[in-house]
Amino acid sequence: MHAIVCIKQVPDTTDVKVNPETGTLIREGVPSIVNPFDTYAIEEALRLREKFGGKVTVISMGPPQAKEALKEAIAMGADEAILLSDRAFAGSDTWATAYTLANAIRKIGDFDIILCGKQAIDGDTGQVGPGIARQLDIEQLTYVFKIQEIDFQAKRVRVERLLEEGREVVETRLPALLTVVKDINQPRYPTIMGIRRATRTEIPVWTAVDLPDAKPDLLGLKGSPTQVVRVFNPPPRSGQIVMIEGESPQEQAAKLADLLLKEKVI
Amino acid sequence: MALLIIDTEACIGCAACVAACPFGALRMENDKAVVDDKCTDCGACLEVCPVEALSLPERGKGAEDISAYQGVWVWVEQFRGEACGISWEMMGQGRRIADTLGTTLTACVLGHKVEGIAQQAIYYGADRVFLVDDPSLGVYRTAPYAKQLTHLVRQYKPEIFLLGASARGRDLAGAVATEVHTGLTADCTGLDIDPETKLLRQTRPAFGGNIMATIICPNYRPQMATVRHRVFEMPEPDSSRQGQIVRVPPVMTEDQIAAKVVDFIVEEGEVNLADAKIIVSGGRGVRGPEGFKPLRELAEVLGGAVGSSRAAVDAGWIPYAHQVGQTGRTVRPDLYIACGISGAIQHLAGMGTSKVIVAINKDPEAPIFKVANYGIVGDLFQVVPALTEELRKRLRK
Repeated sequence: MHAIVCIKQVPDTTDVKVNPETGTLIREGVPSIVNPFDTYAIEEALRLREKFGGKVTVISMGPPQAKEALKEAIAMGADEAILLSDRAFAGSDTWATAYTLANAIRKIGDFDIILCGKQAIDGDTGQVGPGIARQLDIEQLTYVFKIQEIDFQAKRVRVERLLEEGREVVETRLPALLTVVKDINQPRYPTIMGIRRATRTEIPVWTAVDLPDAKPDLLGLKGSPTQVVRVFNPPPRSGQIVMIEGESPQEQAAKLADLLLKEKVI
Repeated sequence: MALLIIDTEACIGCAACVAACPFGALRMENDKAVVDDKCTDCGACLEVCPVEALSLPERGKGAEDISAYQGVWVWVEQFRGEACGISWEMMGQGRRIADTLGTTLTACVLGHKVEGIAQQAIYYGADRVFLVDDPSLGVYRTAPYAKQLTHLVRQYKPEIFLLGASARGRDLAGAVATEVHTGLTADCTGLDIDPETKLLRQTRPAFGGNIMATIICPNYRPQMATVRHRVFEMPEPDSSRQGQIVRVPPVMTEDQIAAKVVDFIVEEGEVNLADAKIIVSGGRGVRGPEGFKPLRELAEVLGGAVGSSRAAVDAGWIPYAHQVGQTGRTVRPDLYIACGISGAIQHLAGMGTSKVIVAINKDPEAPIFKVANYGIVGDLFQVVPALTEELRKRLRK
């Protein structure tokens, strides 16, 4: 069994603050973390390896410091990691990112399953997973909540996907790309042994030269159809809070009911 | 990796770019702009520079003649033969955009026995409907839906294509945009046409709702976007509207489709959070699984859904499907009642755009009170049942 996990290093958005004067993001001192959804993808791959044997390869595209994210995956137990990093990849939107990752996956060669988080917490698009699946022309299963059954010999997988109305059980052939939601597992912590191994591991860096099949015109900014033209602060919620006082919860409840009826929201 | 090119000859040191950079990547040194590696190549600084001293390397030109692409399209999502509300919200937007551009609005209806939905799409504003009605399309599956829409896009060349940002919509849009090689903007909360360039300006939240970004797709077509639930008004259907229904045969046959949907599990008494107009949500303050009981009773009286914060899900008090926030669902109900939720930034990212927010919390310093319209400082186990009782009387339930 060979599982490939695609991860992204992201700023910890819980720590992202906006400078009230300039309206810009304050990124100084904001720690970089492995995208939380991707840690579930790594964990799921490790569980598959524990059950079926084989190998887990983790890949990421980003600046040189994204090696740290890959080292974290190694510390959790991943076997190999590759970083795609080149100025030629810079400025990639989701299309170009998926194109580059798909080319790297082709170069890695045989795989049975690709796992990704459902989306990254900085961009929140959820588009790179489906993008990779289409580039590789394999089955895609998004928002996976549980792998019910998987058979690498028969090349079949059955999963539960979390949709708005409930959980859909769907079965398809392998290889497939799965994007996973948070509830699929509880990611493990790196072990001391794992951390030692990660420290020793040299993460290979692939540049555009290492992806000879990738067309230069489709990489980075050149391969990116979308363009950001404006970034601004979200409008603040209008109005002031009205605190509802009262002698008793009943009195407060009655006042609140009046207000909600007046707002016509109930 | 900063790709930004700064023409230091042209730079007049006005520092307009420093203020415009959302990432704090620009600063002034010796009266000239300097960029560091916090730059994400977003391009936000380019338009504020009065002397065009800033530029990014050339972008892709796109492959085809983009003027051949005309008209606005909307994918009408359906579940079990019923159109999803988001689809009609998008028809309202699609109509508005088509009118602004002076072009037509087309709805794509895929499913089995969904002719009624095609007719409804006309009532909601479509001039034309592509109807693909086949048993193989009864239940949504990525491959046949994506292949069908890709085929239609290649044949009829729409200028703009909108899909709902539901699980299915995001799954489908990602596949179609990749296949046709065009830009896709996820989760838009604002759509408008640039009066000069006629490009679709797509506005969306990023970084957990900390910033908003406006995105365009100048050189590729169609300009594709997924649109968030309940951001746009539901238009009024007009049953006197006329339109054309074009039947299209399916492009895949059942034996070519690998995926089979074998079951659909709906939890008992569960209300879909995305569509809910009212959500009663509980956090750490509910203190245990039983603590959700009074919240459920209130939700029932209001005909709403029950949500929760991450803390309550992580404690195992309620399933993940109920989680609202950055790692859960994004909701935008008319009324959000937060009970015993402190209001961490990740939670606010998922519900901060609700129309009316009520916060009930013991701690008067809880951050949830900063975003709420109405607040009650008190014990939710007293306030919530009192509110349920009061509303039961008022609403006669």
